[in-house]
Amino acid sequence: MSLVLNEEQLLLQSTAEDFFRDKAPVSALRKLRDENDTDGFSRNLWREMTEMGWAGTFLPERYGGLECGFAELGVVLQAGGRTLVASPLFSCVALSASALLLGGSELQKEELLPRIASGDLLLSLAFQEGSHHNPTAVETLAQENGDGFSLSGRKAYVPDGHVADRLIVVARTDGQTGDEHGLSLFLVSSDSPGVHLERQCMVDSRNMAEVRLDAVEVSRNELLGELHGGYALLCQVLDRGNIALAAEMLGSLQSAFGRTMDYLKQREQFGELIGSFQALQHRASKMFCEIELSKSVVLNALQAIDEGADNLPLVASMAKVQVAETFRLVSGEAIQMFGGIGMTDEEEIGFFLKRARVAQQMLGDEHYHLQRYATLRGY
Amino acid sequence: MEPLQQFREETREWLEENCPASMRNPIKSDEDVCWGGRKVVFQSDEQRVWLERMAARGWTVPDWPQEYGGAGLDRAHCKVLQQELGRMSCRPALTSLGIIMLAPALFKFATQQQKREHMPKMARGEIRWCQGYSEPGSGSDLASLKTSAVDKGDYYLVNGSKIWTSYANMADWIFCLVRTDPQAAKREGISFLLFDMASEGVSTSPIRLLSGASPFCQTFFDNVKVPKENLVGEVNRGWTVAKYLLQFERNMAAGLGRSRSPRRKPIEQVALETLGNDGGKIADPVLRHKLARFQIREQAFTLTMQRVGDEMKAGGDPGPASSVLKYCGSETNKDRHELNLAIRGMDSLGWEGEAFDGGRIARSWLRSKANSIEGGTSEIQLNIIAKRVLGLPST
Repeated sequence: MSLVLNEEQLLLQSTAEDFFRDKAPVSALRKLRDENDTDGFSRNLWREMTEMGWAGTFLPERYGGLECGFAELGVVLQAGGRTLVASPLFSCVALSASALLLGGSELQKEELLPRIASGDLLLSLAFQEGSHHNPTAVETLAQENGDGFSLSGRKAYVPDGHVADRLIVVARTDGQTGDEHGLSLFLVSSDSPGVHLERQCMVDSRNMAEVRLDAVEVSRNELLGELHGGYALLCQVLDRGNIALAAEMLGSLQSAFGRTMDYLKQREQFGELIGSFQALQHRASKMFCEIELSKSVVLNALQAIDEGADNLPLVASMAKVQVAETFRLVSGEAIQMFGGIGMTDEEEIGFFLKRARVAQQMLGDEHYHLQRYATLRGY
Repeated sequence: MEPLQQFREETREWLEENCPASMRNPIKSDEDVCWGGRKVVFQSDEQRVWLERMAARGWTVPDWPQEYGGAGLDRAHCKVLQQELGRMSCRPALTSLGIIMLAPALFKFATQQQKREHMPKMARGEIRWCQGYSEPGSGSDLASLKTSAVDKGDYYLVNGSKIWTSYANMADWIFCLVRTDPQAAKREGISFLLFDMASEGVSTSPIRLLSGASPFCQTFFDNVKVPKENLVGEVNRGWTVAKYLLQFERNMAAGLGRSRSPRRKPIEQVALETLGNDGGKIADPVLRHKLARFQIREQAFTLTMQRVGDEMKAGGDPGPASSVLKYCGSETNKDRHELNLAIRGMDSLGWEGEAFDGGRIARSWLRSKANSIEGGTSEIQLNIIAKRVLGLPST
């Protein structure tokens, strides 16, 4: 496969970039933050996004999807990353729709996927419990209880969890904390008795929630995938999630870099444009090189999903490491090059620094994925 | 049968019949490389036969037109040929600076007569070329070069000196930047000349490097007469040709950074053995981390080479990308050698003797230090990216 976007993807890219620039610039995120919007995202914007078909890019037509690929979702996420759009595209589509498509029963898929694609239903994936990503550190218990299960425990940093209609909850049905065996995934309605959602306000003004489960009853039909064997499914979903995040982060870091280059071309000191100083030029060029490498790993990873590549875990970790490090570099240098003005709330560049650190942490930062990469390579 | 499939089968059959047994394994050392030229000493009869057979078929330069010694193959056929050569692990029949660097410039700037004169000999490996760019006083500031070529009516009289001329002592011809107008601004008085290294007044002196080897020379020109028909492009417009050629030199240097299938034991295996195996993990966590980071970088770079190649096929401009690739590729290769030393420890620092394989590891580590100097330093590449790609202002 050729490592370039095809004509349809290029068209989608320019459509999506125009869409977000017009309808959801960075100022829209600022407004959501300053007005303490309870949803933390615009439902109107989400409706328009779903009308474009973007919530169903990789879903088959029979589930109301566009039947394109994950690469197309990546193109939209990258475009949204440019303006730091707050939307459920990552939590509901990249994570939850992937989990359903990969592990759901036909009944579950028929019931839920068309409603995700149409924007009727928001789902999120509740997997994390501690401050660091660790997919086997699951203490939330699901105990067999007659014909169903009873779930108790606490989940944290659930993306868009406070607005989700349903949650895919990773719970332990067997084994000990840290075991791969004994994890199971359950579909839980957020209005079920015993479900408590509390929004977690994060530094990036995007949306996360704490989920407390207090003896929540779910029927056996709500089991997603195999009992005790949910770890393999979770890993596949997390690989897709990391690649989706990498695509979004790539858009954000490209935007942060572009804004920084524009600033270097207009700010004058010592009677010169500061962009003429070699001390800054070389750092800018090095960032550009890292961005070029990042573009390649993201495109490669998106294509690997659609091709069903068997080394997807390796490709996903590679993409996350490269992109997370590049975003760390670019967001830090952006603030330094903007100087004092970069430290103000009024200048938008700060939003990119804030988003960078949250996006890096989600689903494992570069340190986590370096370790995982080494283990996957057999050393 | 589909034509491409038929070509594949014919190629396979021909290679089975014509590629000598000893040419069917990867190159292990510099001695295995065949550079051709008038002074060539073939390592074996099979090496000579392999070159002759490939050249006769036009397959040393399969994409060139037949009139210049190529086979006139399109991209799809070239790819099939490369795949079949790779499948049998055939060695390159010919390695040539002329083909890699000079030929693209000749295709773009030379006259029909010049192409007919030089390209078939290049394709057959009969003439080996060297590059006369840098001078003792002109390194990164290449355009300040002083070697002069004075118009004497029917010839140019060339005087001066070049440095870092790769294998000048082995080369037959040189492509050389000379100053034809000393009064003009520095980039506007340069011309691009081709001449025979056997001309009267040319001499070379090898330079011993850190690695102990002498791949580079200083080259001296003392009243060398160069026929005027050997000027490529217009007089005083040589800088345009020079810059165009540099793109191809950068691309060649960039290739160093690609991930490669190991000729010997994979480095992760070496690390597990030398640093200790802690339940399947390299026992030194810092070096384990560094190795993982390096391998990701190497992969990311390899994908970038592929992506840039695919973009060029789709009609992109290779110019700016070549600096990104040159910078990343040469730095990645230096990192590879540094990591190799760190993982192998003292064993990698032996210099002589059979136990140290003649200092192979240390010598190639030292050689890698030149990667970010030759063909335009890393700093020059960063300057080019800043100005031509990012559009940052000049002082």
